[in-house]
Amino acid sequence: MPHFKKPDEGSWTEHYPSLGTKPVSYADSISPEFYELERDAIFRRTWLNVGRVEQLRKKGSYFTRELQAARTSLVIVRGMDDKIRAFHNICRHRGNKLVWSDYPGEETSGVCRNFTCKYHGWRYELDGKLAFVQQEQEFFALDKADYPLAAVQCEVWEGFIFVNLDPANTTPVRDYLGKFGAGIEGYPFHKLTQVHKYRAEIRSNWKLFIDAFTEFYHAPVLHARQAVAEESVKLREYGYEAIAYEIDGPHGVVSSWGGMAPPKDLNMVKPIERVLRSGLFGPWEPPDIGLDQFPPGLNPARHKAWGLDSFLFFPNFMVLIWKPNWVLTYNYWPTSYNTHIFEGTCYFAPPRNARERIAQELAVVSFKEYGLQDANTLEATQSMLESATPVKTFPLNDQEILLRLLHVTAQRYVREYQQTKARAA
Amino acid sequence: MTTTKVSLPAEFADLAPFAGWALPNESARYAKRVASTMDELQAFYDAMFPRLEAAMTYLDKLSLDALPDDAKHLLWMCCALVTVSFPVEVWRQPRVPDAGASSIDEVVGPAV
Repeated sequence: MPHFKKPDEGSWTEHYPSLGTKPVSYADSISPEFYELERDAIFRRTWLNVGRVEQLRKKGSYFTRELQAARTSLVIVRGMDDKIRAFHNICRHRGNKLVWSDYPGEETSGVCRNFTCKYHGWRYELDGKLAFVQQEQEFFALDKADYPLAAVQCEVWEGFIFVNLDPANTTPVRDYLGKFGAGIEGYPFHKLTQVHKYRAEIRSNWKLFIDAFTEFYHAPVLHARQAVAEESVKLREYGYEAIAYEIDGPHGVVSSWGGMAPPKDLNMVKPIERVLRSGLFGPWEPPDIGLDQFPPGLNPARHKAWGLDSFLFFPNFMVLIWKPNWVLTYNYWPTSYNTHIFEGTCYFAPPRNARERIAQELAVVSFKEYGLQDANTLEATQSMLESATPVKTFPLNDQEILLRLLHVTAQRYVREYQQTKARAA
Repeated sequence: MTTTKVSLPAEFADLAPFAGWALPNESARYAKRVASTMDELQAFYDAMFPRLEAAMTYLDKLSLDALPDDAKHLLWMCCALVTVSFPVEVWRQPRVPDAGASSIDEVVGPAV
């Protein structure tokens, strides 16, 4: 008997027949050719989250993003009109990278009044207009109006900045994020301005880390030692079942129990958690962030044991909203078929005192300790998936439904891209 | 043991031998943890843990935005205790087991 009611079909997975229930191949995670297709079919065609508005506090604030998967570098800037825009980071004169410091391959940020190319001094307004050409009279009938920075679609949803490199994709980001985006609109993300951001270079395909973070089937086993001994035995015997899963187009959510705060018995948690009244699920006493009630999209099953919802917005953006009023986001940026950069960002209400500051530190450090366990497992998985074993397909269980979704969706995008290209040819 | 002069509030002078843990960000605290032996981590934990509640009570009387240096050092030592609690309470080794060469690095952190 499941602890949480499953759909009438008998399983979460069978509720979505297009996912199938057969063992899956991981060929999509070990192939340089498939990755090349993903770059054009997925990363150059969908809305990608590149940051938050709080990173661009003032007029002229900017940051660059190196989007290798999408084959470009972007500069994202708040204009004099307060509008946030994105441009390809290339000077219109002879192709030099426009905004960078010291190392052209590294991301940078700052505040400026305009962008000046380091090479020949061409200067652009923050809205992309070309404002100055060095020795303009030497050029041949050059009209500056013909040479603005190359703009990229850029929209802000709930303070999250998104870009879309496909000019033909005119679906607004809000529509793209669908039911799950709409369901968490109004959550006070803007009040969670205490930021701890982490970055890791991971030696696995980008989808494998999303796999790890969209199932908790592994948690009682891989992370067993993070709980006190007796708790760990109980958790493993119990196994893991989510409260609910839901899928909407390419996106998915897992709604999970956990983080009972305070715990029924203080001996269930580690000594540091007892004193700091905090842990992986965050500080036990939630800060007041002006939420009388959660937006309707949170805790969809309205379960009293609810602890967090993990939203996967295809392709590479996850938003985890925790019951005690804090948020964790993940972004996964492929750098090759078997490497990617992982970004994990914790957002808290600004601590009012040292006690709250230290309680948040415990949540952040717990996230990192768990993440380190997950990260190394990925390298082990990637290396064996790539090895010359006869093992080619893998059974996924019902708690791994979002993995099926991710891989089926990535393959669908690639297939549709190939069909479009074939038709055009 | 560190001989660097790091100021601490007078009532926490007993923690002076461990003031080398007063490091301003999580990266530095984690680096010191993985460069330490379990005996060193245990010694810091044993000295700091019983003082954690008193340290927070002391710090809570001050404004987090305008902490004097000695209080800031104490706050950082509390954060270092969080970093060190994992090897001492859980792992029994400085590094996360099976985490091999993996690293997850702090790129943005709080001002204090």
